[in-house]
Amino acid sequence: MKIIACIKQVPDSEAKVKVTENGQVTWGDAPLVINPFDEYAVEGALQQKEANGGTVTALCIGPESAREALKHALAMGADEAVLVSDTALDDIDSLGAARVLAAAVNKIGGADMVMFGRQTLDNGAGVTPPQTARVLGWPMLGWVGQIKVEGGSVTVERVLEEGRQTVKANLPAVLSIVQSIGEPRYPSFMGIRKASKAAIPVWSLGDLGIDAPAAAVKRVEISNPPVVETVCEIITGETPEAIAETLAEKILAEKVL
Amino acid sequence: MKTWVYIDHFKGEVQAASWEALGLGKTFGAVTAVVLGAGVDAAAQAAFEYGADEVIVVDDASLADYRAEPFASTLSALASSSTPDLILFPTTARTRELSAMCAVDLNSGVLTDVSALSVDGDKVTVTRPIYEGKVLEKAVCEARPQLITLRGRAFPKPARESGRAGALTKAEAKADVKSTVEGYSATEAAVNIGDAAVVVSGGRGVSNNPALGLDEKATAQKGFELIGELASVLGGAVGASRAAVDGGYITYAHQVGQTGKVVAPDLYIACGISGAIQHLVGMRNAKLIVAINKDAEAPIFTQARYGVVGDLFVFVPALTAALRKRLGK
Repeated sequence: MKIIACIKQVPDSEAKVKVTENGQVTWGDAPLVINPFDEYAVEGALQQKEANGGTVTALCIGPESAREALKHALAMGADEAVLVSDTALDDIDSLGAARVLAAAVNKIGGADMVMFGRQTLDNGAGVTPPQTARVLGWPMLGWVGQIKVEGGSVTVERVLEEGRQTVKANLPAVLSIVQSIGEPRYPSFMGIRKASKAAIPVWSLGDLGIDAPAAAVKRVEISNPPVVETVCEIITGETPEAIAETLAEKILAEKVL
Repeated sequence: MKTWVYIDHFKGEVQAASWEALGLGKTFGAVTAVVLGAGVDAAAQAAFEYGADEVIVVDDASLADYRAEPFASTLSALASSSTPDLILFPTTARTRELSAMCAVDLNSGVLTDVSALSVDGDKVTVTRPIYEGKVLEKAVCEARPQLITLRGRAFPKPARESGRAGALTKAEAKADVKSTVEGYSATEAAVNIGDAAVVVSGGRGVSNNPALGLDEKATAQKGFELIGELASVLGGAVGASRAAVDGGYITYAHQVGQTGKVVAPDLYIACGISGAIQHLVGMRNAKLIVAINKDAEAPIFTQARYGVVGDLFVFVPALTAALRKRLGK
């Protein structure tokens, strides 16, 4: 079983991300981390490796610094890692990323499953996993919380708004993994040591044999959201009932109901 | 501008945000609604009643269970022959996939979770949140059709005009089945916190009531019963923090926040939720936020307009009673 876990490096969730005066996104000195959603993809991949044997390859598009996110996946237990890095990729859109990832998946070769997180913290669209599946021509199994491989097929439980759907598809397939898969494991001491020594190949677009994909989606402007100064009024009273009466009045006065 | 609106539904139940998309489409001129599925006559009729001038229906057994591939291939085939300038979708787990795949088929781009947009001729500029809403992005799609998914409750829902009719066009499904649906369990009966006007959520605090003499999960169940009663009086849905979901108190479908759902209801009541940043990014766009927590220092109070420092097991029933009285329920 060969599994590829696609990951991205993003600013930490706690980071104060904002737009500077010259229109650049900045997160100050907040750390860059593996996209938290992608940790579920790595966890799901490692679970399947444990259940079926095989290897897990972590794959990432990003600058040189994105090596650190790949090292996190290696420290969790991934066997190898590949970084796709090329300055021509600075302005790609999600479809461009999907084309590059599909080319890298093909170059790695022999994959049975490609796993993604549900979405990234930065763009947040969640469209790269299905687009990669579409470019590869493989079935897309999104929002997966449980995985069982049997023979040449995979049966998953998809966690949707309306309930849980059990879906079966032939391998190879693309999966996006959600939190129900289980808490991502912490990197072990041995894992961290192994990751620090790992050689991570860097592939350019030339190595993948493709041109830089043209972007249909273009960013026009970025801005900080309007600052809403919320001052919390703590409601007090003699009894819970008295507080409840006051709060109910205030809620109704806001005319949101 | 030739505008299509994709009507997203689950087994014929249409997401309210589909009608919001239809209402927005109408502001640009005539609108064609697209309904794919099996046995979707009622959804097609509803599309007329919410304002569609034309409805394209593909009613086919192969579309009985939603799967991304046959839905994407069918919609892409329709769009390549009719060349709309714009296809609007409500934002759901299904439409993120569907619009994304159509963008591949049609060699175009997709813009998701759009909260505002402006139109110049047939060019749409959207505003969408990035970095979990910490930054707003304005973006355009230079290819056609422009595929845009709209954030739920960001645009007004049009009034329904009963009996309204229009031109119904039937079209063929395009076979592209790559998976089989083996089962479906509705144990988490239709939780759609994204569409709810009111969300009442519980956090770790729902398991904290030693006086009940119950174990953690049984205590939490009692807590969520109280929260459910308050939600019911307000006609709202029950949400939860990640701590409550991880504790096994309630299912993942209820989770509000970074790894759950982003909601923007008119009223959000947080009960026993401390307010980790991962939760706040999921609810801070609610119009009115009320927080109930034992800990006066809990970060949730920094986002709330009104706060009550107290025990949710005592206060939530009191608030339910006070609101029930005022709302005449």
